[in-house]
Amino acid sequence: MRPFNFITAESREHALKLVADNKNAKFIGGGTNLLDLMKLEIEAPSLLIDISRTDLGQIEKVDDGRIAIGASVTNSALAANMDVRRDYPVLSRALLAGASGQLRNKATTGGNLLQRTRCQYFYDTAQACNKRLPGSGCSAKGGFSRQLAVLDIDDSCIASFPSDMAVALRVLDAEIELVSLSGTRMVPIGDFYSGTSMQPHIDTVLKHDELITRIILPRPLGGSHFYEKVRDRASYAFAIVSAAMVFQPDGSARVAFGGLAPKPWRVEFAEKLLTTDIDEYVRLAFSGARATHENQFKIPLAKQILKTLISKHREL
Amino acid sequence: MSSKPPSNPSRREFIKLTSTAGAGVAATVTTQLPSAALVEISVPTIHEKAFHRKVNLTINDIDLSVELDTRTSLLDLLREKLKLTGTKKGCDHGQCGACTVLVNGTRINACLSLAVMHEGDNITTVEGLGTPDNLHALQDGFVEHDSYQCGYCTSGQLCSALGMLTEATQGMPSHITPDLLIPVTLSRDEIKERMSGNLCRCGAYQNIVNAIEEYAERDRETL
Repeated sequence: MRPFNFITAESREHALKLVADNKNAKFIGGGTNLLDLMKLEIEAPSLLIDISRTDLGQIEKVDDGRIAIGASVTNSALAANMDVRRDYPVLSRALLAGASGQLRNKATTGGNLLQRTRCQYFYDTAQACNKRLPGSGCSAKGGFSRQLAVLDIDDSCIASFPSDMAVALRVLDAEIELVSLSGTRMVPIGDFYSGTSMQPHIDTVLKHDELITRIILPRPLGGSHFYEKVRDRASYAFAIVSAAMVFQPDGSARVAFGGLAPKPWRVEFAEKLLTTDIDEYVRLAFSGARATHENQFKIPLAKQILKTLISKHREL
Repeated sequence: MSSKPPSNPSRREFIKLTSTAGAGVAATVTTQLPSAALVEISVPTIHEKAFHRKVNLTINDIDLSVELDTRTSLLDLLREKLKLTGTKKGCDHGQCGACTVLVNGTRINACLSLAVMHEGDNITTVEGLGTPDNLHALQDGFVEHDSYQCGYCTSGQLCSALGMLTEATQGMPSHITPDLLIPVTLSRDEIKERMSGNLCRCGAYQNIVNAIEEYAERDRETL
């Protein structure tokens, strides 16, 4: 690990000033992904700004019935929160399907949104990777790609996004509050992830001087919530394909997928077909899919997960 | 190095110069450097105060104040600085759970946590659970149920199990909990799911779950 300076931020403003002054500074919350990457020197910040003591650890109800989750709230605390369990069970389920008990106790909501791909070629610094080192190429193409993306990819990168939590937040239409010294902006989670577009080293629209402060959940949307995750072992593994789905009493439904793309995958305009014509939904939602011989099973698997969730919902 | 190379050395002079050069000529001539110089060159900043921080914390009921290189993980503080080698380093990347310790009663992977972020924290390692003469009841259970072969994962399993039982007592659901709104019953399957962050490459899982299950039942009866 490269040497770095370490400062415990006393307040949000303190943290924002520190990051604005240093192009190589990074915030640290739980550190479960950042330290992992720093050990491999994939990340090498010259300054770590500890934001764990800046009063971002609360889950609060906003006046109009929305819920504001502080960026430092741990994955465990968020999954166990009674309001979340009652009104947004898809979010609890997604969190509980991710990582291990130990990691969920440390990992934060803000950090979960920003975790990097687990593509093994991104992690292996002896391999070419455009996400880690722009312009170096992509060793994943023609390599082991079972885990990797089939949608929203191009010649530069086929990495998949690993978060379960973000898939649930996508189906819930959460908003992310970004704060810098020049102000605050709200970004819908659907606009937060950049996708590849030949610039795979840019994961999100977050700017260097911005801090994720809160994640806002809309008013409870009711309905039946499901999070289905298919992985290579029963617990503690990243998704091959996952789906966060909500069915409403009026027959409508919405769904977002994990494991298919460099971001949570949701195609709103096709959702009206979810309960009437699955084949047509799949054709529209997954058009342009580009699979390798190792991950071509992912689209049929996603379709199968959809069918399973529709059956489960009907059995309720 | 006191002598400067001549500005226009002949081939013979150049060879003589490079073959007798000591540390400091060029870090790239690594084969000619004594090993001590290599260490100094590879981590030149280790003695720079800018990268040191003091942290005050409590470990197994002992208050400590230590000055550390900021890079030190909680795991390396325990093992390398304090010689508390009961906590094990397995993967060092949060994948195996061998380094699990309790921080303010909550289980975490000590390998993925910076020591300097634990100001004021209360840390319990396997050394703080019991002693060879006075084992913790869960340690007794591990002996009785033969819950290990090589024993490398055991300290992590013990700390993780105790943290897990606290979580269950607090009503925290798991991935397999059937209903998020009904109090949790700690079944065998629940224990397996909640302990999935602790790998045992000897495959002593059945006996580990046996020991935890029995301890959890006894614990419940005494409450």
